[in-house]
Amino acid sequence: MNNNAKPVGLALTHMWVAFAVFLLAAVLGFYQVLERAELIPALTWDEGYYLSVTAHGVIMAFVFTTFFIVGFGYYTAATSLERSLWNPPLAWAGFWTMMLGVLLAVYALFTGQATVLYTFYPPMTAHWTFYVGAALLVVGSIAWIVIMIVMTWQWKKDNPGQPVPLPMFGTTTNAILWLWTLIGVAVEVVFQLIPLSLGWVDTVDVGLARTLFAWTLHPIVYFWLIPAYLALYMFVPKAAGGRLFSDEMARVAFIMLLIFGLPIGFHHLYMDPFQAAGWKLLHGFGTFMVAIPTLITGFTVIASLELAARLRGGKGLFGWLKALPWNNSMVLAAVLALLLLTAGGFGGMINASYAMNAMVHNTAWVPGHFHLIFGGTTVIMYFAIAYYLWPSLTGKTLYSERMARTQLWLWFIGILVLTLPWHALGLMGQPRRIASIPYDTPLVQAWDPYEYGMVLGGVIMTIAAALFVWNLFMTHRRGAAAGHREVEYAQPVHPVLKLPGPLNGFALWNWILAVYMIVDFGAPLLQFFFIETFDATSWGW
Amino acid sequence: MIHIDPWEKTWVYIVGLLIVVMLGSILYTAFANSIHPPSNVETIDSASLHLSKEFAEDNLGVKTRADGSVTVTMVAARYGFYPQRIEVPANTPIRFRIASLDVVHGLHIPETNLATMVIPGFVSEVNTTIPKPGEYPLFCNEYCGLGHHYMWSRVTVTPDTTTN
Repeated sequence: MNNNAKPVGLALTHMWVAFAVFLLAAVLGFYQVLERAELIPALTWDEGYYLSVTAHGVIMAFVFTTFFIVGFGYYTAATSLERSLWNPPLAWAGFWTMMLGVLLAVYALFTGQATVLYTFYPPMTAHWTFYVGAALLVVGSIAWIVIMIVMTWQWKKDNPGQPVPLPMFGTTTNAILWLWTLIGVAVEVVFQLIPLSLGWVDTVDVGLARTLFAWTLHPIVYFWLIPAYLALYMFVPKAAGGRLFSDEMARVAFIMLLIFGLPIGFHHLYMDPFQAAGWKLLHGFGTFMVAIPTLITGFTVIASLELAARLRGGKGLFGWLKALPWNNSMVLAAVLALLLLTAGGFGGMINASYAMNAMVHNTAWVPGHFHLIFGGTTVIMYFAIAYYLWPSLTGKTLYSERMARTQLWLWFIGILVLTLPWHALGLMGQPRRIASIPYDTPLVQAWDPYEYGMVLGGVIMTIAAALFVWNLFMTHRRGAAAGHREVEYAQPVHPVLKLPGPLNGFALWNWILAVYMIVDFGAPLLQFFFIETFDATSWGW
Repeated sequence: MIHIDPWEKTWVYIVGLLIVVMLGSILYTAFANSIHPPSNVETIDSASLHLSKEFAEDNLGVKTRADGSVTVTMVAARYGFYPQRIEVPANTPIRFRIASLDVVHGLHIPETNLATMVIPGFVSEVNTTIPKPGEYPLFCNEYCGLGHHYMWSRVTVTPDTTTN
């Protein structure tokens, strides 16, 4: 494909914003782990700690991910459909809207007027710029949703009956998932939090706000995860020297993430008093169903790796592992990501368990879990995607392949050293989100060694984060010119010539989802208007 | 129809079985043993807790009912649980009822399943028994402001004298 037709500038700009804020948030994370271990008394600073936790969470979960996913999506659309991006001015308008939102939120955050953590549960209230900033970040990303859907639709019109290329099918699934996902938090922010922060209303219904937030809180993790899965399906088999084991099952997995990922947010509300047990059980049911696409992905990707290794002469039940190209950063990242996904998925099953959740709810186990699965599986694949795309985007060879491999190993080890003690602390009852440990009780003395372990994990991860950004920066700035490498997508073992409609489009699934969402959220949301509820006290928080 | 490899098909069946077993155990414990998360959907006006009968200051604390079981009534407010020190018997059904005066809080006694969110506008109720006597902390586990980590109480679980 002609390089001028690729949205290189858009992709690079989005990704550079993503990785720059990622490095900042990584450093904040290190400060937090150090502050909380109480090794250096001078660091103890409650206000600074909670400000940092808010900034770290907001940046990692919302800013870093959204910019990366949008930039990656534009590039995937153009390269997999082999056509130029539809409506680049709209894409740039989206980018600047997102940037404006980030700047507004950053102002509120770093002036200490939005220390409400990244979940911003009311009635605690931040400065209005924080909520308007969050809203603009979401509004800007809608440009991306529209462009992805329009490009798929145009391609289908021009290629009737042809299967949409898998990379674009997955990307469009994610765009549609994100559109459904953002509704909950958007309604909460626009109708409750912005009026509250501007003083137009005195108080809000906290139960309603938390139910709306739960709508978004779970599927948003699949918005972050799908690009990682896309890389596992579309880059890894090729990088390993083989083919994708099954194109159809990849599509089935994406569709299942869309259907089962959305209507399950109440597992975040298991411990909340305002939803009845039956609704929680229903959402818990869906939560277990969403394990299925992940287990399918694990099978398909490992089968693709095995196939590639055997083509390279690998033998034996497990001996083929030795024949994998371990010096390829994409393959290495995939194996490490799958290992972390296995560990994180196990913990996730415990969180999802309707009753057992009480033992770990809001303990240190929970941030331990999501750092393992997001910081581990998802972000490690973002690294691999960047290493793979950078030569294509910049036209230069990667500054150091060896540094890339070292960095992936360091991140993997750092994540484990950080999150295993974190899980253990949760089982020992440590609450999440605490600036220091002032509790005068024997139980707490056992926490210390684990705190120190986490500091070591933080050191390793911060070094890895810096190496990652350094490698990309040096590639862009000083790498040897090598021409823009083509992005190569894996071909399936069995070429897909024809697909049943539902595996090539989304109309049916959107209808099913609409019904499923009404069933799962209809009555739980409406109850706040039928029963007499009381808003939080309006004393200003 | 789509092409699915026989090995992958087998795997999908195994996954299906796994999910059925896990959901089956959850449904079993939920319906056979009545283990549910706290979900009583009971509203209260947080601005006038002091005027309510149940959560007025004089009525907070531990009360033993006629059948020997215990009810604990508490208020959570930045940055403490009131009353700040309670004593409950081991191996005795305990009903915790708690309301928030201000923002969202969380309540957890480590090593037990006594946990609930405390949401302004709602009463949270947890029913449990604590088998092991001892000194327990009761932590706030939801961020409630800059003093969140100072918010905790002590719970003494005394050996159960009635069964010995």
